[in-house]
Amino acid sequence: MENSLVNHETELNLKATELRLGLPGCDEVNKLQCNFSILRSNKRSSSEISTEVDSMSKSKLNTSNGSEITSHDDQDNAPPSKAQIVGWPPIRSYRKNNLQQKKGESEVGMYVKVSMAGAPYLRKIDLKFYKSYSELLKVLENMFKCTFGEYSEREGYNGSEFVPTYEDKDGDWMLIGDVPWELRIMKGSEAKGLGCF
Amino acid sequence: MMCKSKKKKDSKHETNFMNSSSAFPDEVLERVLSMVKSRKDRSSVSLVCKEWYNAERWSRKNVFIGNCYSVTPEILTRRFPNIRSVTLKGKPRFSDFNLVPANWGADIHPWLVVFAEKYPFLEELKLKRMFVTDESLEFLAFSFPNFKALSLLSCDGFSTDGLAAVATYCKNLTELDIQENGIDDKNGNWLSCFPESFTSLEVLNFANLNNDVNFDALEKLVGRCKSLKTLKVNKSITLEQLQRLLVRAPQLCELGTGSFSQELTCQQHSELKRAFNNCKSLHTLSGLWVASTQYLEVLYPACTNLTFLNFSYAPLDSEDLSKLLVHCPNLRRLWVVDTVEDKGLEAVGTYCPLLEELRVFPADPFDEGVAHGVTESGFIAVSEGCRKLHYVLYFCRQMTNAAVATVVQNCPDFTHFRLCIMTPGQPDYLTDEPMDEAFGAVVKNCTKLQRLAVSGSLTDLTFEYIGRHAKNLETLSVAFAGSSDWGMQCVLYGCPKLRKLEIRDSPFGNAALFSGLGKYESMRSLWMSDCKVTMNGCRFVAQERPRLNVEVINEEGGDDSRAERVYIYRSVAGPRRDAPPFVLTL
Repeated sequence: MENSLVNHETELNLKATELRLGLPGCDEVNKLQCNFSILRSNKRSSSEISTEVDSMSKSKLNTSNGSEITSHDDQDNAPPSKAQIVGWPPIRSYRKNNLQQKKGESEVGMYVKVSMAGAPYLRKIDLKFYKSYSELLKVLENMFKCTFGEYSEREGYNGSEFVPTYEDKDGDWMLIGDVPWELRIMKGSEAKGLGCF
Repeated sequence: MMCKSKKKKDSKHETNFMNSSSAFPDEVLERVLSMVKSRKDRSSVSLVCKEWYNAERWSRKNVFIGNCYSVTPEILTRRFPNIRSVTLKGKPRFSDFNLVPANWGADIHPWLVVFAEKYPFLEELKLKRMFVTDESLEFLAFSFPNFKALSLLSCDGFSTDGLAAVATYCKNLTELDIQENGIDDKNGNWLSCFPESFTSLEVLNFANLNNDVNFDALEKLVGRCKSLKTLKVNKSITLEQLQRLLVRAPQLCELGTGSFSQELTCQQHSELKRAFNNCKSLHTLSGLWVASTQYLEVLYPACTNLTFLNFSYAPLDSEDLSKLLVHCPNLRRLWVVDTVEDKGLEAVGTYCPLLEELRVFPADPFDEGVAHGVTESGFIAVSEGCRKLHYVLYFCRQMTNAAVATVVQNCPDFTHFRLCIMTPGQPDYLTDEPMDEAFGAVVKNCTKLQRLAVSGSLTDLTFEYIGRHAKNLETLSVAFAGSSDWGMQCVLYGCPKLRKLEIRDSPFGNAALFSGLGKYESMRSLWMSDCKVTMNGCRFVAQERPRLNVEVINEEGGDDSRAERVYIYRSVAGPRRDAPPFVLTL
């Protein structure tokens, strides 16, 4: 099973300091529904984990142009980004739509549903706004009032109850951070779930 | 007139009159009371005694209903038989920010059906956050022959077809005010539906509709409506067309310009200047959607008497704003986009000493680092120059406790203080401390404070301050704030005039919820979403307080014990009979 993410790893320029989740020139990008979830890391077996995430809807992300990635260290000093939380900042839809029309920019966001083990409510975030995993993690930590601890390649996330994960296109659950920051946008119909455990 | 009112009285009323020890005839009482306009005063009047209660209800012409589910149209029409004007608010305010699912309710139709029977002489309808269909608008147009004024703000469910029905059939229409709605904007044909014989229009606002209208029809309409005082056109109207409209309506008091962008010839330019020069009565200006700022100077002569400038959709920069404000010494209210930056706000402080209200909207609320927007310096600059400031809505990316303290020291008369630091939970960017002291300063200094919206990193201390000092507070909006139940408890125990409390994403749970049990019936409503309240907690409230409606909106697939979104409000109407399946009434 070809993991396109692994293929890209070798091609990516690890020194790039700016991650652009650039939307391709073509108009095929649709608004996608994806899922993150933050489950408790109880050292459960993967089969247990997969049953828990079964109920989530699935979608896959895939960009047609490769994105640059950034090393985690560069972004550690960046302030936590504004998550595109539903209904925040508190501006009426009419105003939001009006601003965006004026800019003439593509309206499409890469919306991802994030859920947390033990918390019933799903949140929605737009991946378009994050330049690195650490930014994303800071925002998720803020949103769910939890901590993920230190990430290391060998041990994963140390010193915390919660672990952020996502499901890649092959249905494998991946720890956020295990592969360099890279997402590809694909047609919504071929999308698959992102989940975390 | 006196005979008419006597006929309407039932015999019991007449008996009371006969037996009354008061030497004050009812007709006189009603006449006098008809001059009492304030809602609060009328309410007090009705509580004096039975005669006064009756006199008040017979003489009342306007009614304001802050929550459409607090009362039924039947109860309303039974108590007030002579209403000419109804104002209705529907959905909870957070529905403006997508926190309430579609099809939640607040349908105007059942009200219209009852009004058609009980208030056939209805003249005015002002709706906010209501669900309005085209069928309802048609029904309105047919049912009320004397209908005069329609105002729709933040409503949804209708299209421009509905407007066409109103324009076609409301022969006595004086006001059509369509603001910021979720309207299905199909086309501009509705405007052409005003009959050629129609001349009564005084207010026309279609600034928030996007499609082209037939300019010829508009020009003729404006020309024959000699009483037209307010005209707010949409983006499709060019500068040249604007000039032609102004020539036909120099008596305008409120103008919403079109896009204000077009290449003009010299002659067109001077004609436009002259047109504005002739508008001696303008006190309100809005629009400038795209604003090629090249021609802003044509506005200058019309600015002398301006009291309200609404540039909240005009992304001006500081230079253009400054040049304009020089000519606006009488400005009382100013709405701008944060593209004006701190420098623009300094100009506000310099040129507009009479300013009472400032709203600064974000140009790029979701953008990262590119937009500068306004900061604490701009806020301070305005407060230094505009000591009469009492209403502020301020969207910013950074703020400090010290700055807010300075602002409220300069301007202690705030009645409405709405500060939105756009990153949730963001601390004082200089000291890294929570923003508790900022809002502490606000409530300590501004004793007249009625409305407060807080933001930034806030602990329970903020709410302790609010509970201790904000004795006139009526509306409080909270998001991503507080540390524990104690915070919300402080507010519930400490703010005697609290009417509306809306909270999202804050760690307040059942203990906090229960603290308000003695209070919710004196409030209009409580909204809590993504807090720590549970279904059992809500059930308990519902049980203990049968006169409250306790409604929960839960998303599918969520935890059944959590109450994700809770809406609690007092009502004499009992539980909703039109609740959709996702609204659980406990």
